Amino acid sequence: MRRVRIKDEALEQRIYFQRSLLAVGIVTAIALLLAGRAAWLQVAQHQHYLELSQGNRARIEPLPPNRGVIYDRAGRVIAENTPAYQLEILREQAGDLEETLSRLVRFGLLEASDVGRVRQLVLARRSFEAVPFLLQLDDEEVARFAVHRHELPGVLLETRMARHYPYGSVGAHALGYVGTISEDDMQRVDRERYFGTGVIGKTGVERAYEDELLGVGGHREVLVNAEGRPVKLAEGTDPQLRTREPLAGKDLRMTIDIELQRIAEEAFAGRRGGVVAIDPASGDVLVFASLPSFDPNGFARGISRSDYLALTENPDQPLFNRVLRGTYPPGSTIKPLMALAGLEYEVIRPEDQVYCPGTYSLPGSRHRYREPRRGGTHGPVDMHRAVMKSCDVYFYRLANTLGIQRIHDSMARMGFGQPTGIDIAGERGGIMPSPAWKKTAFATREQQVWFPGETVIVGIGQGYWTATLLQLANATALLSTRGRHFRPRLVRALVDPETKQVEEKPAVALPPLELNQPANWEIIVDAMVAVTTGGTAARAARGAAYSIAGKTGTAQVFSVGQTEKYDEKEVSERLRDHALFVAFAPADSPKLAVAVLVENGGFGASAAAPIARAIFDAYLSPASPP
Amino acid sequence: MMYGELGASRTKRTVTGMARLLKALRLDGMLLSGLAGVSLFGLFVLYSAAGDNTALWFSQLARVGIGFTLMIVLAHVPDHFLRMLSPAAWAVGIVLLAIVAVAGDIGKGAQRWLDLGVIRFQPSEILKLAVPMMCAWYLHQRPLPPSLRDIAVVLLIVAVPVGLIAEQPDLGTALLVAAAGIIVLVLAGLSWRYVLGGAVVFGAAVPVIWHFMHDYQRQRVMTLLDPESDALGSGYHIIQSQIAIGSGGVFGKGWMNGSQAQLEFLPERSTDFIFAVIGEELGLLGLTALLAAYLFIVGRGIYMSLQCRDAFSRLLAGSIALTFFVYAFVNAGMVMGLLPVVGVPLPLVSYGGTSFVTLMAGFGILMSLHSSRKLVG
Repeated sequence: MRRVRIKDEALEQRIYFQRSLLAVGIVTAIALLLAGRAAWLQVAQHQHYLELSQGNRARIEPLPPNRGVIYDRAGRVIAENTPAYQLEILREQAGDLEETLSRLVRFGLLEASDVGRVRQLVLARRSFEAVPFLLQLDDEEVARFAVHRHELPGVLLETRMARHYPYGSVGAHALGYVGTISEDDMQRVDRERYFGTGVIGKTGVERAYEDELLGVGGHREVLVNAEGRPVKLAEGTDPQLRTREPLAGKDLRMTIDIELQRIAEEAFAGRRGGVVAIDPASGDVLVFASLPSFDPNGFARGISRSDYLALTENPDQPLFNRVLRGTYPPGSTIKPLMALAGLEYEVIRPEDQVYCPGTYSLPGSRHRYREPRRGGTHGPVDMHRAVMKSCDVYFYRLANTLGIQRIHDSMARMGFGQPTGIDIAGERGGIMPSPAWKKTAFATREQQVWFPGETVIVGIGQGYWTATLLQLANATALLSTRGRHFRPRLVRALVDPETKQVEEKPAVALPPLELNQPANWEIIVDAMVAVTTGGTAARAARGAAYSIAGKTGTAQVFSVGQTEKYDEKEVSERLRDHALFVAFAPADSPKLAVAVLVENGGFGASAAAPIARAIFDAYLSPASPP
Repeated sequence: MMYGELGASRTKRTVTGMARLLKALRLDGMLLSGLAGVSLFGLFVLYSAAGDNTALWFSQLARVGIGFTLMIVLAHVPDHFLRMLSPAAWAVGIVLLAIVAVAGDIGKGAQRWLDLGVIRFQPSEILKLAVPMMCAWYLHQRPLPPSLRDIAVVLLIVAVPVGLIAEQPDLGTALLVAAAGIIVLVLAGLSWRYVLGGAVVFGAAVPVIWHFMHDYQRQRVMTLLDPESDALGSGYHIIQSQIAIGSGGVFGKGWMNGSQAQLEFLPERSTDFIFAVIGEELGLLGLTALLAAYLFIVGRGIYMSLQCRDAFSRLLAGSIALTFFVYAFVNAGMVMGLLPVVGVPLPLVSYGGTSFVTLMAGFGILMSLHSSRKLVG
């Protein structure tokens, strides 16, 4: 028989009484322990701690680590540390912070519009931390400070290592920059690691590899008097002072070739746009240019509010990273990929002829999709000719036959609609449209319907489809290697500054794209070679010592009415089409895959292709005159 | 003598009048005076610790007002009502914690806050009371001492919220919530064999716990073992607070005169490290007075719990009183370098958070549980 336990109030009361009595005993014992500890600290150790707290404590002074140096792929220094004067505020010595700030403005060491920013900076740190607010002073500023030094208690002139970018604006969007640590930065980092360090990586590689570049701070104890000023005692009189040496951050080797980058940027000749060049065999990004660029030294110096506003309010948006965050309709540059999808799904054969009358209409619809600007017809075209001449009608029809879902699936496999995963933050993924995407992107049921006409224009890289230059370069690299695929990267190795030990980062291979018919690769590549030999980009490729496989494109900024004619001269410059060009070379053994965009550049062949040519020439035949 | 007699009777009338008032308010005079004493002491110390920041002091004053009001309100909630509400309070707390985990605000790197538009609060505070309530509610229905199955259920009641809170990460609060639940279990008569077994298991689990700790939590434990190893980082707090306490001596440097505190060498001096301010400015006398006051409150709480009429009331009242002491122990131990730095405020003294209000709510419940007995009595 199972024994059933019932509640026994008397027993429970007795247990509770015993237990609570014991608890009171334990509590009393602990209280005695705490009091004992207090007595030990305050009676037995009192003298020791009194000395520490009085007599002017050893103040702990940070020894900031040297930030890692950044090299380009050829070993040229592109970010280094140079000694420079900087001004710091030590709040516990400054007394009246407001008075100090207003004096700094009066002495011309701080712009009035920056007072709020510096106040926030100082208040965000502990009062015994020296907060740098003006970095890399010039000689005149140093002289001015020297004159007024006695009026500025708590403002210290220190020599510190400061970040310097010898190539200035070249490659700034890939390299990024460091700037003074803001309150927001403080929220996301371990503030102990930044004791004594005034700057932090804000964008690009400087930010993405912040952890590696930063290093570990050290500190030393200094004796200070009652006002907190450091005092010197005779050598060896105070053995308690200790020093911990800082540990420098790791050096980085980037994949960028800074000279090639410079050539690419100069080829833009002042126009806006971007270019990416990738080594298809590793995913190394050799050129990563977004133009116009900016001088990162301004940020490293502690940019003033007015200079910053000038950058952000510039209509050309120099701070906008067009390569990483600009999403543009890819235009005709994706026609080779569309053709490949048609072959793979076996909806078309290379030799199938399509007659191009200059316009295309969906069955049962009167809406006409036109060939742009030429107005003429291509006559009968097969796949080779359609790519070479960039025949829209051929691809309107092909898109309609494939249907949007199959287009989406094959383009997604080439990386469209998702970030490439490059090793710096902030990348956007663009849009690879599909009926499923439209359901999430629009609110009402009527807007969520996918129309056949929307499929047709996706066939020529327009409509909802947007892509980044990184995605285009990445897809071109994929095409060039016939399906082998690497994640694009900007950093190839870390170097320990002490031991010089190199930690190579292996290239990240992605699952290769396997075709049902491997022969299809060559059909597409041949057509792209034809683009540069007898097609739309023939002029830009003339005389090259190597073969180029490419494809031009234009992305519409401004939509043209059904019967209107697009006239480049009449449309204002900002509404002109974006010019695009993707290419790789040499066609049979690819060394470089490039995607170029010139904003409002007009036609891809005339505006964008010469930039790619300049890069190929410099990289593949360095002997040729620049 | 006329005046003497008049005076005596006046005093007598005042005293009985006070007693009647307290009874009408269903408050316990002894406990109330202990709480009021510590709270006033806290405001006194905070005035010095806050320095120029008088806004901070007034906002704490407001919290003290809210806390005592809430205590009086809760003292009027009948005990059976509290018991009935326990499972609901626990469940609501768990749901809110889950919401915080998914959608909470992140402050200082941890996800603890729930923003209701008008007010922001930490659901983990609710659990500080809801967990012991739920444990007591469950054990109340079971024959005691608890069977193995009952122990498992109670541990589950404790583990779910503790896990969620530790994940935020908020180690200090997780620890307090766990303590509140475990104390109920021990008071209910948990067999010493299990207590011992639990201790052994915990000892064995230390390496595992270590493995799952966040880096900063490991750092704090390491710092405890050797504060000098990181004098600038995590060790800074402990070194500075020990200098503050030690330099205070027996009589202290005087109110508003602690150089460590006033010159801002002591970090977080109005919140978690206010114990060091007391030690520096009011000396060993101040510290022992405070510890004695804490002991008095705990002792009175336990005494009241012994008079409660049923298991639920006893267990909950005992847990509230003892958890209060765990607060004090963890905070004082941390500031004096006996325990790792975990974010636990000094009860009724530290500025900030909802800690003061939650503690007073607990004492309101304790008074309710105690006075309910008398009505039946």
